Amino acid sequence: MNAWLDTLLTLFQAQLGAVWGPFAFELVTSLAFIVCIVGPLMGCVAYLTLWERKLIGWMQIRRGPNRVGPFGLLQPMADGIKLMMKEIISPSQASTGLFFLAPIIGLMPALAAWAVVPFSPEVVLADINAGLLYLMALTSLGVYGVIIAGWASNSKYSFLGAMRSAAQMVSYEIAMGFALVVVLMVSGSLNLSDIVEQQGRGYFADKGLNILSWNWLPLLPITVVYFIAGVAETNRSPFDVVEGESEIVAGHMVEYSGMSFALFFMAEYANMLLISTLTVLMFFGGWQAPIDSVVTNWIPSFIWLFAKVFVVVSLFLWIRATFPRYRYDQIMRLGWKIFIPMTLVWLVVIGAWMQTPWSLWK
Amino acid sequence: MFELALFYFFASVLVAAALTVIVVRNPVYAALSLVLAFFTASGLWMLLRAEFLAITLVLVYVGAVMVLFLFVVMMLDVNLERLREGFWSYLPAGGAVGVLMVAEMGLLLGGRYAGVLSKVAEPSADYSNTKALGRILYTQYVYAFEIAAVILLVAIVAAIALTLRRRKDSKAQDPSAQVRVRRADRVRIVQMPAEKE
Repeated sequence: MNAWLDTLLTLFQAQLGAVWGPFAFELVTSLAFIVCIVGPLMGCVAYLTLWERKLIGWMQIRRGPNRVGPFGLLQPMADGIKLMMKEIISPSQASTGLFFLAPIIGLMPALAAWAVVPFSPEVVLADINAGLLYLMALTSLGVYGVIIAGWASNSKYSFLGAMRSAAQMVSYEIAMGFALVVVLMVSGSLNLSDIVEQQGRGYFADKGLNILSWNWLPLLPITVVYFIAGVAETNRSPFDVVEGESEIVAGHMVEYSGMSFALFFMAEYANMLLISTLTVLMFFGGWQAPIDSVVTNWIPSFIWLFAKVFVVVSLFLWIRATFPRYRYDQIMRLGWKIFIPMTLVWLVVIGAWMQTPWSLWK
Repeated sequence: MFELALFYFFASVLVAAALTVIVVRNPVYAALSLVLAFFTASGLWMLLRAEFLAITLVLVYVGAVMVLFLFVVMMLDVNLERLREGFWSYLPAGGAVGVLMVAEMGLLLGGRYAGVLSKVAEPSADYSNTKALGRILYTQYVYAFEIAAVILLVAIVAAIALTLRRRKDSKAQDPSAQVRVRRADRVRIVQMPAEKE
């Protein structure tokens, strides 16, 4: 498969390079790879909305969408077509340029972050050394879409939503950053492939029980903090005071319609998938099989990654179906007074642990 | 060749964005232009293979500092007319300081760093800029680094101490007390015999 792909690439390079030079080849292949990642991602985003409605429906003893196509499987298409047909309205007092830029700014980092995500040992678009830093930088940009949307709409509800989200995302980013610093410390690398590889080593991994060697067990409190901070960072329920439909209608999205609204929606779901994938990569062994056996090793690594991401994403939905919305002051309290001190203490604890003879990470 | 084109692209966007910061009327637009300026500056650093500095610039300044800045700027009720009142009287002094700074930086940087882009060494594949920087920061410059950290901490404590006001009539709730509440604290079940007519 790989050899075949390489031959094709060389052939392609020879053809294209002769006409436009090597730069054109680079450009075309990069664009092709980007399409290869973003295309399936958009499909996942579309079907994640269906899965969310179905799963929450089952949890609430309903059927969920079941009218469009068999088992409602064509529902995302119907939603997409509907959103595309809607008129895009811009408020008369809005600052138009920023108003339409905001959804794009919101979606851009959610897609760009996938460039460094390793899908299997070989398949990664950009295997850069500072992968983790790049991810932290890009996920911190997502808040701009929300803030700019809130301000540019020139509406009080939008503005309140933007203020809430700015405060919330900045607070939880700190806890998330510290959690990632702990992961970085134990794996000794910023490269995401190395972080995953490192989890496949250790006492239990030698015995064939990879699942017990993954970061989630020795770093359990950090795993929990990271995941919950991730839920808060994506503004998902129970931390969705940014939208808080019972208080501020829909927050920053209140003035948006049609596709400009859909872009926000896509950004939220792409971010959810991204945070789930990162949780899997950092704490649940990425593409690795949970136990070392003939059957599990035969299953391709990207299927393992996909299965794990699916479970974690479903956890997001489960949380949404279960918990009522947090009160705003308690969100801030959880972020600043519990998560940040907790991650700071664990940073020191893990650091001290690594210096003892019982260190798991050598 | 391609890198040179990128450099000129980033440089021109940077200069244009920086100019917009001081020219534009609306402070929110100014702050957003500053974000763009930081972003393109990080692109320039990336061209110098300083990926740690480049990404940290985006992470810290764009991702955190400017978000809070925007937060404040959006909430301020800025009176544009009053801000622009003294523009012409301040212009000569401000212009002189600006020209002086440009001249000084030109003198300092002109000779040593001209053509620095062409001198960038192509690092080997396993060379990590971040690791190298971390090693030097925690060995050779550890005291300077720690002192800087302490100064920042003092600044944070001072900023909070200066602005913290304890309100007497504050109605904040104590969540741990709320969590500790048991049913017996709130509800008393009373047995009452049924009343007959």
